[in-house]
Amino acid sequence: MGNPNVGKSVVFSRLTGANVIASNYPGTTVDFSKGRMRVEGETLEIIDAPGTYSLDPSNKAEEVAVKMMNQADVVINVVNATNLERNLYLTLELLERHVPMIIALNLWDEAHHVGIHIDEKELERMLGVPVIPTVALTGEGIKTLVARLDQATSNTAVKPTSAEGRWIEIGSIIQKVEQVEHRHHSLRERLSDLSIRPLTGFPIALGIIFFSFWIVRLIGETLITYLFDPLFEILYRPLVIQLGNLLGDGFLYRFLISQTVGDIDFVESLGMLTTGLYVPLAMVLPYITAFYLILSILEDTGYLPRLATLLDNVFHKLGMHGYGIVPVFLGLGCNVPGMLATRALETRKQRFIAATLLSISVPCMAQTSLIFAIFSNPDLPGSNGYAPIVYILMVFSTLVILYFVAGFFLNKFVKGQSPEIFLEIPSYRLPHWKTTLKKTWMRIKWFIKDALPWMFFGVFLINLLYSVGIIDTLAQLFRPVTETVFGLPGETSVVLLSGFLRKDLAVGTLLSFPVGTFTASQLVIVATVLTIYFPCIATFAVMLKELGVKDMLKAATIMMIAAIGVGGTLKIVLLGV
Amino acid sequence: MSMNQDVRALAELHDNQCARIHSIQGGRGFYSKLQTMGIKEGQTIKVISKQPFRGPVTIQVCGCQMTLGRGMAQRILVEVIS
Repeated sequence: MGNPNVGKSVVFSRLTGANVIASNYPGTTVDFSKGRMRVEGETLEIIDAPGTYSLDPSNKAEEVAVKMMNQADVVINVVNATNLERNLYLTLELLERHVPMIIALNLWDEAHHVGIHIDEKELERMLGVPVIPTVALTGEGIKTLVARLDQATSNTAVKPTSAEGRWIEIGSIIQKVEQVEHRHHSLRERLSDLSIRPLTGFPIALGIIFFSFWIVRLIGETLITYLFDPLFEILYRPLVIQLGNLLGDGFLYRFLISQTVGDIDFVESLGMLTTGLYVPLAMVLPYITAFYLILSILEDTGYLPRLATLLDNVFHKLGMHGYGIVPVFLGLGCNVPGMLATRALETRKQRFIAATLLSISVPCMAQTSLIFAIFSNPDLPGSNGYAPIVYILMVFSTLVILYFVAGFFLNKFVKGQSPEIFLEIPSYRLPHWKTTLKKTWMRIKWFIKDALPWMFFGVFLINLLYSVGIIDTLAQLFRPVTETVFGLPGETSVVLLSGFLRKDLAVGTLLSFPVGTFTASQLVIVATVLTIYFPCIATFAVMLKELGVKDMLKAATIMMIAAIGVGGTLKIVLLGV
Repeated sequence: MSMNQDVRALAELHDNQCARIHSIQGGRGFYSKLQTMGIKEGQTIKVISKQPFRGPVTIQVCGCQMTLGRGMAQRILVEVIS
């Protein structure tokens, strides 16, 4: 346990070898993770709790932390050495509970670097529990921490006191154990000031956001053109063709390889071994990789809380505060972690608005990458020679506008409080390339583990529906609805249905229709409505758990209204009917 | 303590100005929330930045930086240290 952003998750990873996401901003861990560690033949269960400033929780994540403490036999209190004074408050509160405790004095190297010297022996003597200096990022001190784990003890001399009493106590501890050298403003501090002051901060923020998107596209496209496409075309295609010959034309061929005879098209053939693999691996994965690399760097530098400060005003108009940008950023990768991140917001109103807006107007990277793909088709009818980026921008600017408009109304009509921002701004840290790459890799693995089975299942299902002719029936059946409401062909119903499984599958389905089924403008409408109308099943499950049935129903109603409203408006604007 | 003329709201300070916290106005919940973060009477703080249009204020306190809403900054009274 410990304050937010002191490196608890890093210590946890070091102890258990388990992989958990750690970043340089408060609120990365919003739920607990469990892991095991073996010490001298004994297996210990270690729990990574969310950060909290006190045992008096102010949001859902902190509630989890306090609950975890009550279950623990031993508490490892991770303390930020660069900020000992503030961190000791929780330490004293923990001591008052008389739980056996051991302290990891983390960020020890950074404390030295900024000129803070702590006498850890004296601190240990004064607190009456073991204190071990650690640098969790490099693993320094972790061995000692493990070795002394059995010395964890409670200090029964500590009696419960008031907040004032704790601060007086902290004052006297700090005076004895800490010495601070005065240092001049470092480059890092100057950068920090520049990026949080409005005059310089806003241009920097715009620059960083545009640069991030540009670099994600660049890396994504480069990976596709020079790595994934060649791999599939040169290495994989011959294999598939061989297998196809082996199977001959028949039921299996149509399921595994292609619904159509002739040349195999990885995108449109709807075979489980062709489309089922190609879409997630060659079209989505490159962008996922690029996005998470950039997100990990943004997270690890500590930039996000500064962005939250700059955008606080805007987010207040939407019934949240600046921290509301964090679920959006995470949600752009995958909506599931975005949903979980809403826990760091304090009130029900804020969480409801953040979750609803996330589900209606933030497309995940899997979906985004395929939106890039559908508009890149040079044979797209009705595109009038416009560059793909024009249509991509139409989709995204509609979603941005929807985020603000819907947020504005939700703020007016959702009852409840939206308290002001109260957020710690961490020091900038240069991302450690090894940790950043590892984190990116972890997220890629999750994507593969999550996406592949669903894509297989989805392609299988659509394949099946095709074989028995249900797709056409559905298209016929829903044509009146999709045509009147959105000005779209009946096939849209199939797209929206598969969107419930996975959004990338839905756009993939869209790709499998013969060119000409949808015009460019119609594709803009489908892509937008697909984002808005309902979250994918994984996001839905988390959202239901976070909001509860009643609020989920409300959110679903808002999604419907937004989908019909936005789809209908786009129909009038783009199709003129 | 003499009620000297230099007591004002934290929100009225300029960038880079240092001050000592004089008192905090507000309910118990607000008070203890600030207190757990080390924002308490007698504590020295420094203003790092103020966002326009009554946006939040970022301060340096206890060796770390905190962003807090303008409303909160209005209710924290400080004495300027020259």
